[in-house]
Amino acid sequence: MRLPAYASIRQRIAYWCFIVFCALVFLFLVAPLAAIIPLSFNSSTFLTYPLSGVSLRWYEIFFSSTAWQLSIRNTFIVGTAAALLATTLGTLAALGMSRPNFPWRGVVMALVVSPMVVPFVITALGMFFFFSRVGLTNSLAGLIVAHTALGVPFVVITVSATLQGFDRNLPRAAASLGGRPFYVFRRVTLPVIAPGVTVGALFAFVTSFDEVVVAVFLVGPRQRTLPRQMFSGIRENIDPTIAAAATFMMVISVFLLIAVELLRRRSERLRGLRK
Amino acid sequence: MTPIVEFKNVFKTYDGETLVIKDLNFEVERGEFLTLLGPSGSGKTTTLMLLAGFETPTGGDITLEGRSIARMPPYERGIGMVFQNYALFPHMTVAENVAFPLEARGQSRSGIAAKVERALDMVQLGGFASRRPAQLSGGQQQRVALARALVFEPSLVLMDEPLGALDKQLRERMQIEIKNLHKQVGVTVIFVTHDQSEALTMSDRVVVFNDGRIQQVAPPVTLYEQPGNAFVAQFIGENNRLQGRVSGIEGTTCRVDVEGGSVLATPVNVSSVGEATTLSIRPERVEINPDPGAIPNIFEARVEELTYLGDSLRVRVGLDGNGNDDFVVKLANVFGRSDLAPGDRIRIGWRAEDCRALDAPG
Repeated sequence: MRLPAYASIRQRIAYWCFIVFCALVFLFLVAPLAAIIPLSFNSSTFLTYPLSGVSLRWYEIFFSSTAWQLSIRNTFIVGTAAALLATTLGTLAALGMSRPNFPWRGVVMALVVSPMVVPFVITALGMFFFFSRVGLTNSLAGLIVAHTALGVPFVVITVSATLQGFDRNLPRAAASLGGRPFYVFRRVTLPVIAPGVTVGALFAFVTSFDEVVVAVFLVGPRQRTLPRQMFSGIRENIDPTIAAAATFMMVISVFLLIAVELLRRRSERLRGLRK
Repeated sequence: MTPIVEFKNVFKTYDGETLVIKDLNFEVERGEFLTLLGPSGSGKTTTLMLLAGFETPTGGDITLEGRSIARMPPYERGIGMVFQNYALFPHMTVAENVAFPLEARGQSRSGIAAKVERALDMVQLGGFASRRPAQLSGGQQQRVALARALVFEPSLVLMDEPLGALDKQLRERMQIEIKNLHKQVGVTVIFVTHDQSEALTMSDRVVVFNDGRIQQVAPPVTLYEQPGNAFVAQFIGENNRLQGRVSGIEGTTCRVDVEGGSVLATPVNVSSVGEATTLSIRPERVEINPDPGAIPNIFEARVEELTYLGDSLRVRVGLDGNGNDDFVVKLANVFGRSDLAPGDRIRIGWRAEDCRALDAPG
């Protein structure tokens, strides 16, 4: 965005205020993240500035302690499984609701999206009571089910948005050319909406990846995920290992974002939408 | 020979109340180019959707090759279809698009490659096999859609306003190309359009729709020269209309009293004296300053407006004693015909054969 040549003094002042404001917003977003990274390399046992020396000892603890190792493993098992389930269910739900003759669309949509709107702590409490009846507390399966429910809304929303621009004549054309419904879905519909599905899957994974409230309610020490482990780390003994854990999570998140963006661009290019 | 397609008493309603198709009956002959023509909302596209299998008829039956297809899913019908927006699969190359119907039928890889190549050559896109649809122009995309609809050798191809998105020049070229393809392949084509000149150019026969009913089924010449009712006369080409009442019928002619005079006409939809009627006269069949007594219908008129159209001159006149001042005469641009000016008093006239007494409005 550039100022036009005819901008008045007032417009110039407003323009520079706007630039400064934007910079402050970015600072506000990034500063807390930036603050935690150096602390993870601190040689002191306190989680405070100034740094007393550079050391990788906290990373060593993070990657070698059984409790942390277990939590990393749990996080990826739960995240991957929940993302897969949420993506499958959410995509099917979005496809179903996009049909022109779908009844009660608004109500169903509101129900499907409700886990996103209802405060996590309430969802978590409800799940705790319900899951303890059916024996799903203190198990990874229970946490996977819970995180699937939390991830579905993101998939439904991204896939629905993609379906808005989806040409209804494509599956029709495919059917008229002899494609049976499942063949049409596999060869035409799914590849065309793939970018939306991928982004939805990413959101579902990230939702599970940093979810702590439900984890606090549902899991025991054997099923702790990374965020849950960090949470007890902060409560019980505050040492810089959680800074190392936080840095690790940031790296994974950034890596995921980049990977998905590259995938999305590639599929757009394949679809001929971008040269 | 049995017709390839037959509609028998077909009804269609979407909401259970309004009928979009009312008692549809027509046959499509093998190998013909049939056009469904009508204004939007007339039921022509619904008819095509019923045939393609995307809609099911509320009542009646549709047969293809003698078999009922009213409840058959689209993928079992084996009908090729070309969509208005082409509906090419954006993530596939041109060759993959054309191969789709063959792959869906589980044909062998080597056979598919040969057929795809032949189909692309047929639409002159031999060198474009590895392009993606987004890299092609509108006309090229249209050709891919044609190749894809023809490659599995269907006996029937449906086209839903396939040229609507193209500019005029390209549209006219594609009209000729589709027509040639039709002759070359020998396939039966059912073509939907709202463009009457396109329908006249391309078709063996035209089905004119209005308000969910067939108005007339006829070859283009008959449609233009002998419209069956006032709607067809008005929808196909330009026509002048005069409202009147029949005062006498003698064999192949009838006399109709109109405001400001009496006209000798050919009875089409009138059978008795006293009936209200719409007279339809084509603008190019009207003569200016005819010799007295040479033709039966002569009116005094005043030139209101002249429009120069290049190949012709459009003269709008007002008939003396008649409220109609929107009577149009079309003069071919031949030497010495441009000496008219607004306000001129002239005589105009037409033959009884060129003046058809059709149904009255309402």
